[in-house]
Amino acid sequence: MSNITLSVNGKPQTVDVDPDTPLLWVLRDTLMLTGTKFGCGVAACGACTVHLDGVPTRACQTAVGDVGAARITTIEGAAASVKTDKVAAAVQSAWQDADVVQCGYCQSGQIMAAIGLLRETPKPTDAEIDTALNGNLCRCATYVRIRAAVHLAATRLEA
Amino acid sequence: MTHQRKKMRTETDTLSAAALSRRGFLKGAATAGVAALTLGVTARGVLAAAPAGADTVFNPFVSIGRDGTVTVIAKHFEMGQGTTTGLTTLVAEELDADWAQMKSAFAPADNSRYANTFLGAQGTGGSTAIANSYLQYRKAGAAARDMLVRAAAARWKVTPDSITLRDGILTSGKKRGTFADFVQAAAALTPPQDPVLKTPDQFRLIGVDHAAARKGHTGPGRKDSSGKTDGSARFAMDVHLPGMVYAVLVRPPQFGATVTGFDDSAARALPGFVAAHALPNKAGVAVFARSTWQAFKAREAITAQWDLSKAEGRSSAEITEALRQAAAKAELPVQNGPRRADITAAAAGAARTIEAEFSVPFLAHAPMEPLNCVIEPTATGVRLHDGCQFPAITQPTVAAILGLKPEQVEITTLYAGGSFGRRATPTSDYHAEAAMAFALLGGKTPVKLVWSREDDIKGGYYRSAALHSARIGLTADGGIAGWDHRIATKSILKGSPFEAVMVHDGIDETSVEGVKGSLYTLPEMAISLTDFVTPVPVLWWRSVGHTHTGFVMESLIDMIAAETGKDPLETRLSLLNPAAPTPQQARMAGVIRTARTLAGWGQPVVPGKARGFASHLSFNTYVAMVVDISIDGTTVHVDHVHAAVDCGVAVNPDVIRAQIEGGVGFALSAALRGEITLDKGQVAQSNFPDYEPLRLTEMPKVSVEIVRSAEAPSGIGEPGVPPVAPALANALFAATGKRVTTLPFSTAGFRFV
Repeated sequence: MSNITLSVNGKPQTVDVDPDTPLLWVLRDTLMLTGTKFGCGVAACGACTVHLDGVPTRACQTAVGDVGAARITTIEGAAASVKTDKVAAAVQSAWQDADVVQCGYCQSGQIMAAIGLLRETPKPTDAEIDTALNGNLCRCATYVRIRAAVHLAATRLEA
Repeated sequence: MTHQRKKMRTETDTLSAAALSRRGFLKGAATAGVAALTLGVTARGVLAAAPAGADTVFNPFVSIGRDGTVTVIAKHFEMGQGTTTGLTTLVAEELDADWAQMKSAFAPADNSRYANTFLGAQGTGGSTAIANSYLQYRKAGAAARDMLVRAAAARWKVTPDSITLRDGILTSGKKRGTFADFVQAAAALTPPQDPVLKTPDQFRLIGVDHAAARKGHTGPGRKDSSGKTDGSARFAMDVHLPGMVYAVLVRPPQFGATVTGFDDSAARALPGFVAAHALPNKAGVAVFARSTWQAFKAREAITAQWDLSKAEGRSSAEITEALRQAAAKAELPVQNGPRRADITAAAAGAARTIEAEFSVPFLAHAPMEPLNCVIEPTATGVRLHDGCQFPAITQPTVAAILGLKPEQVEITTLYAGGSFGRRATPTSDYHAEAAMAFALLGGKTPVKLVWSREDDIKGGYYRSAALHSARIGLTADGGIAGWDHRIATKSILKGSPFEAVMVHDGIDETSVEGVKGSLYTLPEMAISLTDFVTPVPVLWWRSVGHTHTGFVMESLIDMIAAETGKDPLETRLSLLNPAAPTPQQARMAGVIRTARTLAGWGQPVVPGKARGFASHLSFNTYVAMVVDISIDGTTVHVDHVHAAVDCGVAVNPDVIRAQIEGGVGFALSAALRGEITLDKGQVAQSNFPDYEPLRLTEMPKVSVEIVRSAEAPSGIGEPGVPPVAPALANALFAATGKRVTTLPFSTAGFRFV
């Protein structure tokens, strides 16, 4: 166990954990940021997707000791930024207007992946959406609406 | 969980006697906010109201706060199927409330008030949530409306008839008020015994399509959308209590094995390790630690010894062979008709026989949220935090393990991260594990029991493997001379609390539903069942028996069409007694014709493309589907699924559409590559890389047409699943001439992209 200082959603957070602990469990069990989900633990489902310096990353395969000074953004951070962050706002509102969610458990990861995509590629093609989001499983198979919501968000960003 | 309404009521009495707690409701109302008016329908159907906190026997579904916020108390859990939105719609419709002022909260465990009226016990399953609540929740909303209007009439000194209520605003002449203005006065009034419900032409929310919102119109959108898009929606996995300890189980390597000893010396050296204890039922070793991750790491450091003498030791090929032999025995006659020998003799004189064997594997549900629940001590017993699907089973199960009365077990229901049937085990398996773990730690410390994904994939309660063997004799003119149909699968219900009501003359209805009760006019049909015996625990999996019976029946009908040279869709219509159809046959023919038009069935298919058709009745809902594929050799992409649905009154059309879309994707996961296989009794798969659900790139376009209907609402969560695999099988046959009768299709050499 050792003290590690992280930058989480714009705030410094010091945690006393084993550096090998996956970031996922530090977020969920130590910092109580439970919007980031545990789905598989082997980077096969994307439910744990967060941003490290803006890049979508699987928190279940990221040792907390390796994060260093990278800025961590979770779904809570993305949701809190919708007044100032156009991309986060467009994605969240598109997700709601298209009624994408069913059980909702994977959607934090889907949304973080979508925000990451639209920051890099504001007007993605279907192929670009496939590349960015195919690693995010949805057992309810809301994929039709996920795709539609990404396009809807892109349209709104363009306007 | 089907359809035996009359008999299920018998169980109501048994189960509801077990759980009569008012305390639970009061807590529920408290969490719903400042409740000024609560009302609902008692078990006898009489409406009752009382100010919050009053010790009055009633069964509340509606609570209105002093600020006018309406909270609908949902007796069903939300696993994504849209129930909270649906139940809220029913109340808001009759209450003439504004959609924005509506909220929902989950009911506590209380069988006397919150029973599923079809199942006779509090629980969600069998695609019954809206169907059984349709009148109950509307009446609750209508009663509240009546009281608010009367309260306004009294204050304004006008007749109730002169008051208009719309979008949460009451008006009479120039007078205007809101629910907040009248809620306290309304709470003092006597509720109406039989409030007048709207006629369908008066509906302003029921049947309104939220998808239209994207074109500038508003409709009742999902109530769980905002919380599920900002990280605030709470699942049991997200519950943290002060001092809580995390528990995982060292689980047996084979089904039916029992633990004989374990060594935790290496785990004791690890950070956060708390303790390890064998479960009292010898089903595993509970490992306790200070965090989820520490519990997983401690478990890896523990070795256990097992008694395998009663364990399943067969491999999947041996199980298939055993199913084959079981089917041949035809032990339990489900329906009499000509047997195989007779069909062969008749066919010898007539024309042809179709003979086929169908085989389907075990399947895991794999909900995205791995199973878990939290149990904590209270002053009077315990409280369980869970995405609880069947409180009527969980509450007494946990109580029995802890030596409590059922009413001493409170249940706080949270969102469930999927279920597909998995959370409704007749054994309440993971709750029982949590209760045992909680007791092992002394019963004073909150415990969160967590399954890893590997636990989930290897943990059983699978859709049972099944084998069907069919022989159909055809007459010279293409008619059906006889049909011998033999099924072997493991019973879900035998040995469970449901056995008394859903097993008849030894026949588990869930093993044969969908073959038995086929809407096709098949007069010369024999059906038999043989129960398959294995320690592998089996369970309902989204659409239950229809997962395999739909595949088999709709493949066989396609084979008849091919054998007789007729159009597959026309073959089905011809078997639905077109001259004098029953009402059910007429509705099935209706969705078949709708799908025909929707998909443009009959148009020429270009090279490299193919399409297949299937239709099936399940959970009183009629679904017909056309599946379009692209195919290059053995490489297949599923392009488009056209679905026509008749589920009675469509309360939330966009939720219905979403359930069909999701059902298609869920069914495709299994049809393309889903299988749990055993290797000398050990499950070969372990996580999503080798039990991989459908991914985004594999999802077809889905077009849904909902047939307008005035019939009572029926199920929608499950009925989208059964037609998918057979429609795809029929498309593969149309493309290749190869009839695939074993699932998943990957085992037949097809590769899906």
